[in-house]
Amino acid sequence: MTDTLDKAATDTEVSTVTTMTMASALNAGLRAAMERDPKVLLMGEDIGALGGVFRVTDGLHKDFGGDRVMDTPLAESGIVGTAIGMAMRDYRSVIEIQFDGFIFPAYNQITTQLAKMHYRSGGRITLPLVIRVPFAGGIGAVEHHSESPEALFTHTAGLRCISPASPQDAYDMIQQAIACPDPVMFFEPKARYWDKGEVDTSLVEQKLSSADATAALGRARVARAGEDVTLIAYGPTVRTALLAADVAESEGTSIEVIDLRSLSPLDSATVVRSAKKTGRAVIVHEAPTTYGVGAELSARITEEAFFHMEAPVMRVGGFHLPYPASKFEHDYLPSLDRVLDAVDRVMTH
Amino acid sequence: MDAHGPLSSEGLVQLLTHTGERVEHDTYSAYAADLTPERLRQLWRDMTLVRAFDMEATSLQRQGELGLWVQSWGQEAAQVGSGRVLRGEDFAFPSYREHGVAFTRGVDMPDILKIFRGLQHGAWVPAEHHFHLYTMVIGAHTLHATGYAMALDRDGLTGTGDPERDAATICYFGDGATSQGDVAESLTFAAVHNAPIVYFCQNNQFAISESVTRQSRVALADRGKGVGIPSVRVDGNDVIACYAVTQWAMQHARSGAGPVFVEAFTYRMGAHTTSDDPTRYRSKADEEFWAERDPIDRLTAHLNAIDELPQDFQTDVAAEAKELAKRTRTAVKSWVRPHVLEMFDHAYAEPHATVETERAWLERFERSFADAEA
Repeated sequence: MTDTLDKAATDTEVSTVTTMTMASALNAGLRAAMERDPKVLLMGEDIGALGGVFRVTDGLHKDFGGDRVMDTPLAESGIVGTAIGMAMRDYRSVIEIQFDGFIFPAYNQITTQLAKMHYRSGGRITLPLVIRVPFAGGIGAVEHHSESPEALFTHTAGLRCISPASPQDAYDMIQQAIACPDPVMFFEPKARYWDKGEVDTSLVEQKLSSADATAALGRARVARAGEDVTLIAYGPTVRTALLAADVAESEGTSIEVIDLRSLSPLDSATVVRSAKKTGRAVIVHEAPTTYGVGAELSARITEEAFFHMEAPVMRVGGFHLPYPASKFEHDYLPSLDRVLDAVDRVMTH
Repeated sequence: MDAHGPLSSEGLVQLLTHTGERVEHDTYSAYAADLTPERLRQLWRDMTLVRAFDMEATSLQRQGELGLWVQSWGQEAAQVGSGRVLRGEDFAFPSYREHGVAFTRGVDMPDILKIFRGLQHGAWVPAEHHFHLYTMVIGAHTLHATGYAMALDRDGLTGTGDPERDAATICYFGDGATSQGDVAESLTFAAVHNAPIVYFCQNNQFAISESVTRQSRVALADRGKGVGIPSVRVDGNDVIACYAVTQWAMQHARSGAGPVFVEAFTYRMGAHTTSDDPTRYRSKADEEFWAERDPIDRLTAHLNAIDELPQDFQTDVAAEAKELAKRTRTAVKSWVRPHVLEMFDHAYAEPHATVETERAWLERFERSFADAEA
């Protein structure tokens, strides 16, 4: 996969690489998807003239009009439920849930209807919805604006759950998600919206036309190769993991960072391969560790790489608490110190 | 605009025109009869202090002392006029912009800013003020208010035959909330249980950027009618009318006659929050039109017209406003974050093994740095 992407990049004569923030990469990705397919619609609260509270849909209402960029009534259950009905007539709605903590009025529609329709119709009904969820914390917000509810959705069969960690992935993955026939929960790390990175806009066409397009969407990425410890992250914590790898390197520990990209399906093969190589694994996410994505990863590693492990798998994440008031969030979230502490523990076990 | 739409002025109860002339209403004038000049001056003071607090909080946010601020600017009449009706066992359920109601319930205003400085999620004791915590998830609290009302009724506090003893709840929410399923379910529950509740919808015309026309084709008060709840539209910038209509509605609910839906038609003069940029979705002309309908200015005009706003009273209130602003600023700057381990408090009423283990772990972890430095 990496080889073909590199080749695609070198084959491109005119530069298709620009520097973008993750928010602008998502905006460009949405625009490209809407240009590609007139059945793609955007639905959400304040996504029109305002461009969304994070400006991810900025300018799209102006260019595509209110019929395709719909400011909906303030009702998340209504947004998801009506998007399901429209999908039955082949519309592909990309929904913006304003903040993670506001998804719950739609939880019933997502879990009892959206996730199950394909199964209960014997495969006759596909619902290619994408539900974009700005998630996770670290921005000093009031309550319900910083949560990481992904495990509630990864636990639900019928939903694909993905999370980009870089502008390039944001640009590509949003288009891959829209093209995917299954419903996709698309978790956007809101604290990373303003981080800049290079985006090559020429890579996505090949990904979309590839025979294993959907399978590719489910693959993890080795964000940094290493030998001693496997550090597994996704979304907002990929940056923390890469920072930890830098610090650890200066102390003589070589860390391999895996950016999961997809939480459902989980790319066990990539994770297990790395864990077998290093013999040590630490998982980092912002969501509470109790019953979280890290618990699933830990179990997979134990089941599939037990005899290769030098130390127990460690998890670093949020505590078993409602997301605290923002003055506490930097103690609640997995900090660089806490990640390095876990690395030390697996190294000295 | 549709003559019957959510922006129409159809059926709005008004007792004070926007230029401050007192007008009469067949039904509701009687419910403002107790508003003597002295009491009108108190409403004027309330609104002036609430606005002074709001403006100080806005500047504190701009100076980086608060993470966010949600202005009540422009909605003082709806909030103070309705809030001043409450008494005894009445209980108010706010959304998150009801600083004016908080004031009437005796919440110490600076405390509200603990939420917006990121120190606490709830910054007062609801039972002390008969004023519930703010709810950020739109419309979710309307069900709680309805349940509380059902419990008041169950506890024999409604329709006792003694109007002084009767109680009801009042629930505040905005135009956007009327689209939420929880709000529709609240109205259904209240109607079938004949619950003693007043739904006080402040139609400030915007759910962040979306005009109320994105939420409804008809007047919002019509939402009540659909489930058999009597509904009233009131000029939300007319403090006398807001007081009178709420007085009628609360008496109706307390007496055991069932729920009422009040739509106070107003205008959010500020941004949705300090993170918002209203220039993207509304015009300066619109803002100027509503600035001319300012709730405080129109009461000022009325009190001046009846020669009941003496200069020394104004001077005293101005001094009081200045003092409140100063006290607010001092309080905000004095607050330090509590000890990190306090974040583990109150997740459960009784000790929970997972939480206790994590608290102990973080304590050891924090100490390891202190030990390393020692």
